[in-house]
Amino acid sequence: MSTSDIVARCTGLFEDLNFVYAREWKAARPGRKVVGYMPFYVPRELIHAAGALPMGVLGGGDQLEVIHGDAYYQSYICRIPRSTVELGVTGRLDFVDGMLFPSICDVIRNLSGMWKIMFPKTMARYVDVPQNFRDDVGGEFYVNELNELRKDLGELCGRPVDDESLRHSIALYNENRRLVREVYAFRAAAPWKAPSSEVYLLMRAGMVLAVEEHSRMLGEYLEAALAENRPRRDNTRIVITGAFCEQPPLSLIKSVELAGCYIVDDDFMLVNRWEKANVPLEGDPIRNLACTYLHGSMSTSAKYEPDLSKKGLYLVDSVRRNRAEGVIFMAPSFCDPALLERPMLQNVLAAHGVPFIAFKYAENSGQMAPIREQAGTFADSIKLWSEA
Amino acid sequence: MTATATAAARPAPKTAAPREAIKEPSMVKQKEMIAGNYEKLATAKAMGRKVASTFVPGNLNELIMCFDLVNNLPEINAIQNGLRKKSGQLIVEAEKRGQSEDVCTYVKSDLGMLAKGNIGPDGRPIPSPDVLLLSYTGCFTFMKWFELLREQYKCETVMLHVPYEGEGKVTENMRAYIVKQLREDVIPTLERVSGVKFDIDRLREYLRESARAEEDLVWTLESAKHKPSPIDAYFGGVYYIGPIFTAFRGTPDATEYYRLLRQEVQQRLDAGQGPVTPEGELSKEKYRLVVEGPPNYTSFRDFWKMFYDEGAVVVASTYTKVGGTYDLGFRHDPDHPLESLAEYCLGCYTNRNLPGRIDMIEKYLNEYEADGLLVNSIKSCNSFSAGQLLMLREIERRTGKPAAFIETDLVDPRYFSPANVKNRLESYFQMVEQKRRGAGVAAAAAVH
Repeated sequence: MSTSDIVARCTGLFEDLNFVYAREWKAARPGRKVVGYMPFYVPRELIHAAGALPMGVLGGGDQLEVIHGDAYYQSYICRIPRSTVELGVTGRLDFVDGMLFPSICDVIRNLSGMWKIMFPKTMARYVDVPQNFRDDVGGEFYVNELNELRKDLGELCGRPVDDESLRHSIALYNENRRLVREVYAFRAAAPWKAPSSEVYLLMRAGMVLAVEEHSRMLGEYLEAALAENRPRRDNTRIVITGAFCEQPPLSLIKSVELAGCYIVDDDFMLVNRWEKANVPLEGDPIRNLACTYLHGSMSTSAKYEPDLSKKGLYLVDSVRRNRAEGVIFMAPSFCDPALLERPMLQNVLAAHGVPFIAFKYAENSGQMAPIREQAGTFADSIKLWSEA
Repeated sequence: MTATATAAARPAPKTAAPREAIKEPSMVKQKEMIAGNYEKLATAKAMGRKVASTFVPGNLNELIMCFDLVNNLPEINAIQNGLRKKSGQLIVEAEKRGQSEDVCTYVKSDLGMLAKGNIGPDGRPIPSPDVLLLSYTGCFTFMKWFELLREQYKCETVMLHVPYEGEGKVTENMRAYIVKQLREDVIPTLERVSGVKFDIDRLREYLRESARAEEDLVWTLESAKHKPSPIDAYFGGVYYIGPIFTAFRGTPDATEYYRLLRQEVQQRLDAGQGPVTPEGELSKEKYRLVVEGPPNYTSFRDFWKMFYDEGAVVVASTYTKVGGTYDLGFRHDPDHPLESLAEYCLGCYTNRNLPGRIDMIEKYLNEYEADGLLVNSIKSCNSFSAGQLLMLREIERRTGKPAAFIETDLVDPRYFSPANVKNRLESYFQMVEQKRRGAGVAAAAAVH
């Protein structure tokens, strides 16, 4: 299978706002359930172990006309909740049995309560995660929260989630994350062979496909991309940060690339690689999930950094590891986590001599010319004037 | 996200011959208390006292006092700067230094103040904190705010993560998590910073004192169930919550303040009087409202005037519950000190889920026999604002009472449009009138 075949499949999934794949998956066997989740992280293994299909809900993108959703939100609130409400009230999520709302910001947090009121037949649950990273404090709290979620999902799906099923699911997600990391590493090593517009779609496919199927797809893509010859350009290697919740339109990612940037790292879909290493399979699986969250997960602005001296270093590490030459802060308008974090990260980058620019977008942004100009100027200035 | 004003900040009336705002003993008392705390802050370094900064929701004032720390509340500084019309320039300063125009203006007012030398609202310096007590309760921005401050002050920072009541209830897991953080992190950090050993009996004493004041606060807020209401539970309420939400909960001063306040309100009740406004007593109560959301502080007096000029009295508000939902029965409990602090944090208004918030508003509309609900939606505060349009619809559906929506901001004067707000309010009052007439006609038809 060629990369273009795989990308065509991913594009179909990406553009399908009726979630036909998930509907068909559910219809294929009586009693199957689908559980939606919003960015940036939920323990998908638990949903899988309960026998349900975890399905990422990342708003409506630039193809969904938001009519009802705007009536639920003021103009100064970001776009993802309004397009998500639109998906809900127009019946596009009517097959979804449960919705999980992670602890990312006050807007998504409050949406969990709105969902309870608007869609009372759907299990809607807020997923809290610890901001204290001690095993005996935050860890204990999270173990209990996960057990509570495990119980709720078991009830929803009509079967208790036992340890063996959970270990099996963890193993499948470990394999999936290994492949996701491999794709990211491959892109960082040879970005001309794995354009970010493709990698993005590949990762988005993981939001809807069953994990086993997505893992197969990742493997096939790696094989195909490696085999294909694509022209290498003298682009600037950049990291994108701040786009971990409301997603940019695909055209924006393409515009950044067309402006002369190779995106060598990003935070578009953190849930795909939130755990940086394998979750252990031996011992208590719930405790293993909790421990990995505390000590082996990615950093993002929704997560507290207790140590000032480590603040923002994950971004510097990403720049170094991926041999990036600059950072683009790309945040959705009105995104509290990304926009409040931005000045702190910029200070860290400045202290390490990493150039950066910043702009905002909405999931339905249509005007790409200014972004292309800004990104192009940034890329050119690095090429022309950087010390390297 | 939230906080309170003070009697000291009340601006002079806009009349040809300015007259002194009427000040009752409780107001004088509060003014002295606030001034006293700013005095403590201004002289802290000279007096060798350590300073803790923290937030209003999840404010652990009793615990802070156990370590002889002076309590500085950045939200209050932002409000005071808003009331004194200083916040606008501070916000612009923070934006010039890289803060986004989209984010909370409390944060930007605070960072702007810091950038301009940290001169407090009273014109005296605010000392650098020795510890940032990041009580992460009901507001995501709090976490980033104190990370931003930590970057500037480079001082010790201790996080108290208060889980959100997503399922509308407090679980044992949540309570135990908070207590553990208090025991394992917060208390040891405060001991280390202050050099004072923690004494749980001292905490118990403060909590006992808190509970006394809480009784009188609740009595005062609930006095608005009378007709006419002797208080305005939003504009006046902002003053009433001042001591208990800030650096005074657990002190005899706070207990005394609420005793005085209760006496004054009792006198107004006995005399059948309405609330005191900056221009004197409201003689005729025409509309009884419940308000959801914080007030605007940069035009606080003008905003209030739009209500009392129309005879509108706010009989209950959610904003006066952001620093504790005492009217729902919670009291600090000296017999279970740490557990009680955990319960307090968990119960703060914006830490409750949306269905719970709607239930509270519905209860207020019914129990206070209000004519309707007004939502003042604040641009700065997603914790409050996200979901308010659904709340409004849901309340109308459940109660049949009219609801209205206005938009302002806490301390950013650019987002207060007086003509628009006034226009909306006038339309709303007409709507209430219309509803009354409709009800009158229906009642008459039923008789015939």
